[in-house]
Amino acid sequence: MRYFNLCLALTVCGVTACAAAFAQTPSYSNVGRTPTKEEIQAWNQSIGPEGKELPPGSGTVKEGEKIFSEKCAVCHGPAGEGSQLAPRLVGGRAPLNTPTPSRTLANYWPFATTIWDYINRAMPPKQQGSLGASEVYALTAFILNRNEIIPETQVIDAASLPKVKMPNRDDFIPHDLKDIHDLRARGCSAGHCP
Amino acid sequence: MSSKRSLRRQFLKNGAALAGLAAGAVSSPATSLFAADTPVTGAEALHAYGERSHFEKDARIGSIAMWPIVPGARRDYGFRSPLQDSIGIITPAPLHFIISHGHEPPDIDPREHRLMIHGMVDRPLIFSLDEIKRLPSVSRLHFLECHGNSATSGPTGDPRKAPDATVQETHGLTSCSIWTGVPLSLLLGHVGVQKGASWIVAEGSEEGKHSKSIPLEKAMDDCLVVYGQNGEALRPEQGYPLRLLVPGWQGINNVKWVRRIYVVDEPYMAMMESTKYPSPRLDGKSRWFESEMGPKSVITRPSGGQQLSARGFYEITGLAWSGGGAIRRVEVSADGGRTWKDAHLQEPIAPKAHTRFGLAWTWNGEEAVLQSRCTDDKGHVQPTLNELAKFWGVGMDYFQLPAATADMGNFNAIQPWKVGRDGSVGNALL
Repeated sequence: MRYFNLCLALTVCGVTACAAAFAQTPSYSNVGRTPTKEEIQAWNQSIGPEGKELPPGSGTVKEGEKIFSEKCAVCHGPAGEGSQLAPRLVGGRAPLNTPTPSRTLANYWPFATTIWDYINRAMPPKQQGSLGASEVYALTAFILNRNEIIPETQVIDAASLPKVKMPNRDDFIPHDLKDIHDLRARGCSAGHCP
Repeated sequence: MSSKRSLRRQFLKNGAALAGLAAGAVSSPATSLFAADTPVTGAEALHAYGERSHFEKDARIGSIAMWPIVPGARRDYGFRSPLQDSIGIITPAPLHFIISHGHEPPDIDPREHRLMIHGMVDRPLIFSLDEIKRLPSVSRLHFLECHGNSATSGPTGDPRKAPDATVQETHGLTSCSIWTGVPLSLLLGHVGVQKGASWIVAEGSEEGKHSKSIPLEKAMDDCLVVYGQNGEALRPEQGYPLRLLVPGWQGINNVKWVRRIYVVDEPYMAMMESTKYPSPRLDGKSRWFESEMGPKSVITRPSGGQQLSARGFYEITGLAWSGGGAIRRVEVSADGGRTWKDAHLQEPIAPKAHTRFGLAWTWNGEEAVLQSRCTDDKGHVQPTLNELAKFWGVGMDYFQLPAATADMGNFNAIQPWKVGRDGSVGNALL
């Protein structure tokens, strides 16, 4: 029966169109169910550098300061200086051309969207998901401001966050995201890249 | 450290017992050698699910890393596989190395677990574990390795550099299993990847929901979504009930407890991949997404902390692996690298899997430096420490830096072990 259908399809359509039609036919019928839009939205926490998935909402530095002192300072220190419980979030700026580079958020992280993504998915410990989108925007604004990356007055939202340029963005090899995937073109060999 | 000492004592004790045996322990009653009529204590408990003999003590050793031990603190930790006692190429699941970036394994009911594949696809789908198991499965031998394994830097760099380091301390963050699951290419074909897609983002179910970007070419090439390890379900610390397997690539790619695969058009620069795993160069620039693990081998017997009990015959044996493909050749030197002999490779020799090698050797009681180097089927050869330093543009002093501060990944230099006149074996890397 399948063979007959395929023959029929080949007869009816041109080769290219037919290949497309064939590819659209699931071979593994009724394995997996289609998620609702709401399910996809609820599960999808990934925020890329372009920030396409960033939700509505916004936050200010001042709002972030308040939330930080209530929910983050106990581990990250009152000024984000870090403690034995959690890493430093503010400061640590130093030249990276040393065998012992300072990989702090301000000194090393290439994308501001990563800050939003990580707070949203992983913070605070044991209470993930408890922060609303605007609270995450506010915390991101606070951390960026205390690292002197954005001014005190800047509002952070889905439009402004992807435009924030982190200090170390240009010091990764290869620079362009579209060049990362091809290890051979990058000159990587035997587990090492130039 | 204490666990190592106790392991070593155990080894010496066993060695002494064997030496006594070899000398002809005439006073021992035969029953102590052939005690088959004495049943194992609690033998009935072994009928349903077996346990190893209580004489076997191999265990993972842990290292608390990155953070001081403070109540309430999240801890990154690594537990190393006892390679010095490894037999063949399969690592028993309970001895497989573990790396955790601050989160304990979640307790997942497999009936509740779901995997969603969505993004740039024609038909986003949610799969139950039962549905994944309805699909055609494959079983493949593959090693996993932490990208920091065997490096002289990082939180475990100091014990790795110590003259008395064991191979568990130097190389214990790699293991090899036969993994069973569904090719990721099959699942991606089933949902229909759209034109313009070029990456996937895989996400775990643990507290921090680790996520990792992987190029679509790799996802379609040889990645697997696995539920089985060495003939049984994954262990919780290995991603039960479902994990991603990204053969030959840095361990961080192999997302455990995988719950979501998001098809996208660029790397998503999640926290680990964009801030912790890039490898800094001395000029201040960083290489990111180095991905593939290079060819590496290490002698597991005789190795650091072991003791040769007498002159005479020993098989030098160890493991070789490469993220680039199958191991084609392993050479062994017993004279500090002046001369090399081809080792015998044991079947099976699978791509991106541990391969067991062996070479007959007679110890004459003099000092000797034992080392191995491997070549994969792409022709890539494991480098010496000097060659690695040249490639990285660093001096040899780079490897002597305080371990917690320097930062290097994908370290795959040749590992020498020094045999002393007293039969002791030590770490001779530096």
